[in-house]
Amino acid sequence: MSTPLKARISVPRSKDLEVNGVKYNRSSSRRNNFEMFAWLFMRLSGVVLLVLVFVHLYVNLLVEEGGVHAIDFGFVGGKWANPFWQVWDLLLLWLAMLHGTNGLRVIIDDYAEKDRTRFWLKVFLFVTSAFVILLGTLVIFTFEPCPVGADPALLASFCTAG
Amino acid sequence: MAKTSKGTLYRGQAHGQWSWVAHRITGVAIFFFLLVHVLDTALVRVSPEAYNAVMETYKNPIMGLGEAGLVAAIVYHAFNGLRIILVDFWKQGTRYQKQLLWGALALWLVVMIPFLIRHLSNVFGG
Repeated sequence: MSTPLKARISVPRSKDLEVNGVKYNRSSSRRNNFEMFAWLFMRLSGVVLLVLVFVHLYVNLLVEEGGVHAIDFGFVGGKWANPFWQVWDLLLLWLAMLHGTNGLRVIIDDYAEKDRTRFWLKVFLFVTSAFVILLGTLVIFTFEPCPVGADPALLASFCTAG
Repeated sequence: MAKTSKGTLYRGQAHGQWSWVAHRITGVAIFFFLLVHVLDTALVRVSPEAYNAVMETYKNPIMGLGEAGLVAAIVYHAFNGLRIILVDFWKQGTRYQKQLLWGALALWLVVMIPFLIRHLSNVFGG
């Protein structure tokens, strides 16, 4: 607790900022702002995700008669026939996966002490995330709500109308 | 370093510490659910029967309670996330971090009570 938070740095730097006789020496390197962008991304995507996820849960779990029991192929087909929900779910997929992947990256960095362990855990994390993001994106864009030859009883109502 | 010290007991006020622990645990849980959720939804690309078959296995009281737990985790992570943003960006945020936690938990209750009434009656009401 007695560690001084703002140690005086003996070497003068061009970016030294002095406030009330205390020198603040934050890194001003332009080479690596990744952690700052990651930090900012968590906050920005978090706010957007709150809206995206709450609406997603409300529409999928609460609005329909029967709630979760109403979720089937026809329900998904009915939603993704609408470009609005395609874009909604695409944003949800990308932001949630990137937010979650960065969160796990930070947790791995915090708790995995060996360099090799940290490295391989993160390789596994990034490969898994990339696979899930690409698979989900592919599914949203190549989804066919009325597949030929499928049992009409399982499809959204517009597949059999007219 | 922590290994050679006498322990890692947090000596500050516990609110920040436990809300942080809960934020991590709920975050990890939500992430692993998300992986499964994308994979099972991807079954719509296989066939209507395949997707419906997997959805049917979710429609029982045990999974219904799991969904309630998942939503509880998401709502906590969301509101505590807003609290973190306020602590980071609002001038008075650090001073009121404890009150902000109570606020986040109050909002959590306000959202969870009506949600649980509706969801659990869907799950157990047949």
